[in-house]
Amino acid sequence: MALTSDDVSRIAHLARLELKPDEQAAMLQQLNGFFSIVERMSAVDTRGVEPLYTPLSAVQQVNLRLRDDMVTEANQRELNQRSAPAVEDGLFLVPQVIE
Amino acid sequence: MSARLEAMGVAELGRALQDRQVSSVEVTQHLLARIASHEHLGAFLSTDADAALVQAREADARRARGDAGALTGVPIAHKDIFVTRDLPTTAGSKMLAGYRSPFDATIVTRLADAGVVSLGKLNCDEFAMGSSNENSAYQIVKNPWDASRVPGGSSGGSAAAVAARLLPASTGTDTGGSIRQPASFCGITGIKPTYGVCSRYGMIAFASSLDQAGPMARSAEDCALLLSAMSGFDERDATSAQRPPQDFHAQMLQARPGATATQPLKGLRIGLPKEFFPDALAQDVNGAVRAALAEFEKLGATLVDVSLPRTELSIPVYYIIAPAEASSNLSRFDGVRYGHRAKDFFDPASKLSALEQMYSRTRAEGFGAEVKRRIMIGTYVLSHGYYDAYYLQAQKLRRMIADDFQACFQACDVIAGPVAPTVAWKLGDKGDDPVKAYLADIFTLPGSLAGLPGMSIPAGFGEGGMPVGLQLLGNYFQEGQLLHAAHAFQQATDWHQRAPSGT
Repeated sequence: MALTSDDVSRIAHLARLELKPDEQAAMLQQLNGFFSIVERMSAVDTRGVEPLYTPLSAVQQVNLRLRDDMVTEANQRELNQRSAPAVEDGLFLVPQVIE
Repeated sequence: MSARLEAMGVAELGRALQDRQVSSVEVTQHLLARIASHEHLGAFLSTDADAALVQAREADARRARGDAGALTGVPIAHKDIFVTRDLPTTAGSKMLAGYRSPFDATIVTRLADAGVVSLGKLNCDEFAMGSSNENSAYQIVKNPWDASRVPGGSSGGSAAAVAARLLPASTGTDTGGSIRQPASFCGITGIKPTYGVCSRYGMIAFASSLDQAGPMARSAEDCALLLSAMSGFDERDATSAQRPPQDFHAQMLQARPGATATQPLKGLRIGLPKEFFPDALAQDVNGAVRAALAEFEKLGATLVDVSLPRTELSIPVYYIIAPAEASSNLSRFDGVRYGHRAKDFFDPASKLSALEQMYSRTRAEGFGAEVKRRIMIGTYVLSHGYYDAYYLQAQKLRRMIADDFQACFQACDVIAGPVAPTVAWKLGDKGDDPVKAYLADIFTLPGSLAGLPGMSIPAGFGEGGMPVGLQLLGNYFQEGQLLHAAHAFQQATDWHQRAPSGT
């Protein structure tokens, strides 16, 4: 089942990636090339197999570690914002969202 | 002394510093000069000589106070995927041009606490996605053994700098082979520890369930010293392994029961998965790996046949899971909090809002072609209607691959094979076909998916005089056993001491 150009547009929109027409065409070809090696994966019977989301759970119980809900970070707003594209009065600026 | 300085590895340099044969300032100056005269290799993305000399003077002062460890005053450099407060961090991407982190990665802090001097940041594939370093947005890295060939990737700058004797050691990261494969291509030693051994805090995330940091150096001994300092539980990493600090150097030296002076590896069972020696394996690589295995036999090890039947399947499994995690991790690059933002993005005729147009144009401009491909693959396999068929199926197969390893470890203590099917290829050779490059990751991906520790050690030379690496894989948390076996091999051979000519 090959992807179509419409699929590529839809995925690119979900990924918030603007693709130029020539990029879009190359992407379609490369993705279909890639999914041709994925097909043999689909043929394997995996019924009853637990997915392995984190590697150590292959051999041991892995529990999500929780910490107390307390403030642990110092305020370093200026340092945190020094690489931001646009800030004003300590706030991040974005294009207008609400008319 | 100075002509020999660059030839010294971490352990040897530590001893020379301890014996006051050389100061950290002297060796730092010497290596900074070498870095400056080897810019053509493209290994570094940033250096700060003044800051390095400040650290070197502090290290010398620590030595004078009697407050020094094995690494105090030893210069290294970090892969540019670890965030640093005092040097730019780019992850090899235009997206992060000029980015300055508000904090240091945990492994950067730990190595600095051990007195290591940081000379700069090393080039890598963009967001660690690649196996040739050609995906760096800044410059390609050349293999010091042959400047027309790739150094491997994604830790290509880290490997090339150590091979060219610009540094005794460096840090790298390995998601699907990114420490082991460039170590193999450049003829150095590298170890990817068990998932969870090194903190991922401050390591720019590619695929969070696979990413691991590790050292790259000339020898197993040097890697052991660095890994001891880098590793350990970190409460800031949710998947950090909770265990006491490890002395990998002591573990490396620990004699096996029944070992003798000539047979230090007596009783060690080395498993050879038949799938790691397919017909398509290059003759030169096969020859060097078999010769290295014969050396292991001389040292007392026995070779046993094992099987990892899903080795080939690990390619699609990995290239579903890693891009899925990447598409999620890289969604943070939106042109708002840090990094690049497109200058002109607003088209009043577009159906999209100004904010959405800003996101899409920013990401189109900031990311390179391979990163875009992986974001697209990841977004697709996680999208509604496709999740079960691709992502869930891949995670189930990942469990089967991890189980295959556990079955092997019933019959052997470590697993060995080639790191890559060929020696380093020519620059540009796999440029236009990403799948061709993915297929070359076949021998490193299974261990990555299972989260096992793995090493590459120099095992000889192949076509064009290029280095061949031997891969050793251990069971979970068996880094000490891997380092012990690698060290025994390196005591009996000198492949790891060979340096490219003209460097």
